[in-house]
Amino acid sequence: MNNFIPQIEFKNFNFHYGKYHALKSINQSLPKHKVTAFIGPSGCGKSTLLRTINRMYDLYPDQRADGELLLDGNNILSPSVDLNVLRSKVGMVFQKPTPFPMSIYDNIAFGVRLHENMGKADMDERVEWALRKAALWDEVKDKLNKSGMSLSGGQQQRLCIARGVAVKPEVLLLDEPTSALDPISTMRIEELINELQPEFTIVIVTHNMQQAARISDYTAYMYLGELIEFGETDQIFVKPSKKQTEDYITGRFG
Amino acid sequence: MKVVLERDTTVSGAALAPDFSLVLDNQTRSASSMSGGKRDLGDVAFTWLVRGVAVFVLLVLLGIIVALVLASLPTIKTLGVSFLTTAEWNPPMNRYGALIPIYGTLVTSLIALVIAVPVSFGIALFLTELSPVWLRRPLGTAIELLAAIPSIVYGMWGLLIFAPIFAEYGQPFIAATLGKIPYIGLLFSGPALGIGLLTAGIILAIMIIPFIASVMRDVFAITPPMLKESAYGLGCTTWEVVWNVVLPHSKVGVVGGVMLGLGRALGETMAVTFVIGNTNFLSSPSLFMPGNSITSAVANEFAEASTGLHTSALMELSLLLFVITLIVLVISKKLLARLSRNEGERS
Amino acid sequence: MNLLSRRKLINQIALTLSMLAMAFGLFWLAWILYTVLHLGLAGLSLDIFTKMTPPPGAADGGLLNALAGSGLLVVVSTLVGTPLGILVGVYLAEYGRTSWLGNTTRYVNDLLLSAPSIVIGLFVWIVVVSRMGTYSGWAGILALSLIMIPVVVRTTENMLQLVPNTLREAAYALGAPKRKVIMSVTLRAAKSGVVTGLLLAIARIAGETAPLLFTALSNPFWSVDLGKPIANLPVTINSFAMSPFVEWQQIAWAGVLVMTACVLTLNVIARIFFRQEQSH
Repeated sequence: MNNFIPQIEFKNFNFHYGKYHALKSINQSLPKHKVTAFIGPSGCGKSTLLRTINRMYDLYPDQRADGELLLDGNNILSPSVDLNVLRSKVGMVFQKPTPFPMSIYDNIAFGVRLHENMGKADMDERVEWALRKAALWDEVKDKLNKSGMSLSGGQQQRLCIARGVAVKPEVLLLDEPTSALDPISTMRIEELINELQPEFTIVIVTHNMQQAARISDYTAYMYLGELIEFGETDQIFVKPSKKQTEDYITGRFG
Repeated sequence: MKVVLERDTTVSGAALAPDFSLVLDNQTRSASSMSGGKRDLGDVAFTWLVRGVAVFVLLVLLGIIVALVLASLPTIKTLGVSFLTTAEWNPPMNRYGALIPIYGTLVTSLIALVIAVPVSFGIALFLTELSPVWLRRPLGTAIELLAAIPSIVYGMWGLLIFAPIFAEYGQPFIAATLGKIPYIGLLFSGPALGIGLLTAGIILAIMIIPFIASVMRDVFAITPPMLKESAYGLGCTTWEVVWNVVLPHSKVGVVGGVMLGLGRALGETMAVTFVIGNTNFLSSPSLFMPGNSITSAVANEFAEASTGLHTSALMELSLLLFVITLIVLVISKKLLARLSRNEGERS
Repeated sequence: MNLLSRRKLINQIALTLSMLAMAFGLFWLAWILYTVLHLGLAGLSLDIFTKMTPPPGAADGGLLNALAGSGLLVVVSTLVGTPLGILVGVYLAEYGRTSWLGNTTRYVNDLLLSAPSIVIGLFVWIVVVSRMGTYSGWAGILALSLIMIPVVVRTTENMLQLVPNTLREAAYALGAPKRKVIMSVTLRAAKSGVVTGLLLAIARIAGETAPLLFTALSNPFWSVDLGKPIANLPVTINSFAMSPFVEWQQIAWAGVLVMTACVLTLNVIARIFFRQEQSH
């Protein structure tokens, strides 16, 4: 846990929904090729913070960010940043599975085609690679032409992870990815996150303390738009340095 | 006894409803009426009143079909299938073949769809994805106002204003461009008269754009934001999100909206009657030529139809139109209902 | 060109086309409204509201009888269609949400909503005009009511469904009989929506022409006897528009302006009214 290479850096970062000040002077680095979990009560801004890393908020005119947000040293808040390129580097998976209305194969190939020209054979290989990464290959290899909607909820979510992975992003954002799933599907996703960790920087928002404790290397506790405490997960859960963090964690575990 | 039975069916009927509060609602209601011991007579009368009026609406539809069938019996009996397969419409000789008006109705509606569907798609795309939020409502309302303008206004404007300009600038331009394409060019040849099948189709297109565009806008708007964000999250452009995700997701509703517009186009009367040219002779495949539609034939000839057979032939035309539009509307309703059902399952 | 710039170019083209489509739609609206205003104002004078339609051969005249006849037709049709439409809407929302009769009526109503108005006109011709042996105001009223009812039914039902069930329960809890609950609680709560639907329905029948051709016909004289053919704006416009006299065409355009202004005003009022009531 000692090789902390900062990949994402928030510097004096603020975020507004219209007049509402949602994130207040965040200063924090997130490590490369580690799993970082954002925890905190609902409305604390953890999802908001996550959604700034791929600038998803840009879709909504009354939301704006200021300060600096560096990805590999480049400020991604700068207006010259190409969002299509940024989002090919930063993938995202949502609270509920969001398979596109197309076949399983095309769900994966769709994102790849956006960013790379490749032949049929290469594409087949990439699709298989991504599905294997998401531990879904064996279940769907015989029905790649079926609609992505025909899968079960847990499978759909793994399909969405495969879709994100297939583009070969550097960062993978997971916004409460298991909140709509049953315990068994949740367990599989958690295993998957651990397998992906050596190759991707993973940032996950979760309201499930045990999940954060199980899968993350680092944990950030947020409250009312402020980042209260950040540290190695073991330390946060065993011996938090702030009283607020301790109250929240004991309350949620108790 | 009957009252009790009826109360039971109401409750069980409501229990099937997905809305849980409705079940509660009915239970409170039956409980209160039971505790009262007997039913309020005014309530019984009111129930029968609203039920009676509902039955009346059912009877109207049935009545329309029966009345039209009865009124067209003379031609159905004397002409049979030849009514649908011959093209000679000659009232003085008592010959009635409906091919020309049927052809006119179908062709003008088809032209309308070819123009209106892509334009409506563009408008819906603009209103849901591009327009600044504060402009969405006024622009949407403006497009919907196109549907509020009375059809006779379209007719007068089409005949007296649009047709002359179209003949002078539009048709020569189309003849010089589309008209030069082999085969397809035949459709855009001949004299530029201003009025004709193409003009009628264009005006119908303007009239049905608001219907198709507002259905498209509404079904685009119910695409789950998370699904759209997923696509944006992969790095899609706005167009790629709409074309690859939003449109496939709402395609059933889009087709439903198109069918709704088609239903409108098929049954439109005044606007078409003014500009279609009203002739029962069709000598060339060109869309520049005047023609006739079912509605314009009826509107023009009905007042002077003297013989029983002429009136009856016009009635059979209308029956045909009614049946075609009902089929189109039923398909449209089926598709739109399927979309909202899927939407319910997913949420 | 690389993949990214090609994708961006396609995006730019598509979004530009979408903007053009919007402009295309607005263009026709602007052109039609401009025509109606321009030619309508040219023909508009006090005579339009004070003089009768000109007899053949005469040039000057107005639309007094047509305006009066149209007003009468629309008012009486509204008086007939409104209660019937609201009652059916009440039935669908409060009694027949899931019953067979309810579902069938709802379906049929939606079909009638989009049925060609010319067919409704012919239906009334068959059952009324051909039996009475004369075109009449009553036939016109029947046709217009039949066009209006489905619109009122649809909006009434939709608006009643938006009323929360807790409100109904609260009224039942007071021991109110069902019809009281509906009349004085549910319908009242849905009032603004129902009125909006009503205004839109009136706007729709005010411009209908085709069904009147076979029912009310027209009348060159002052006519308020509903048992006889009655003068009305749409049919008068229809015949004057086709006439060879410039003066008659001018009168027709003035009539078009009056009709369009009424219909569009009703539409706009309905929307503004609904939005205001909703925001309360």
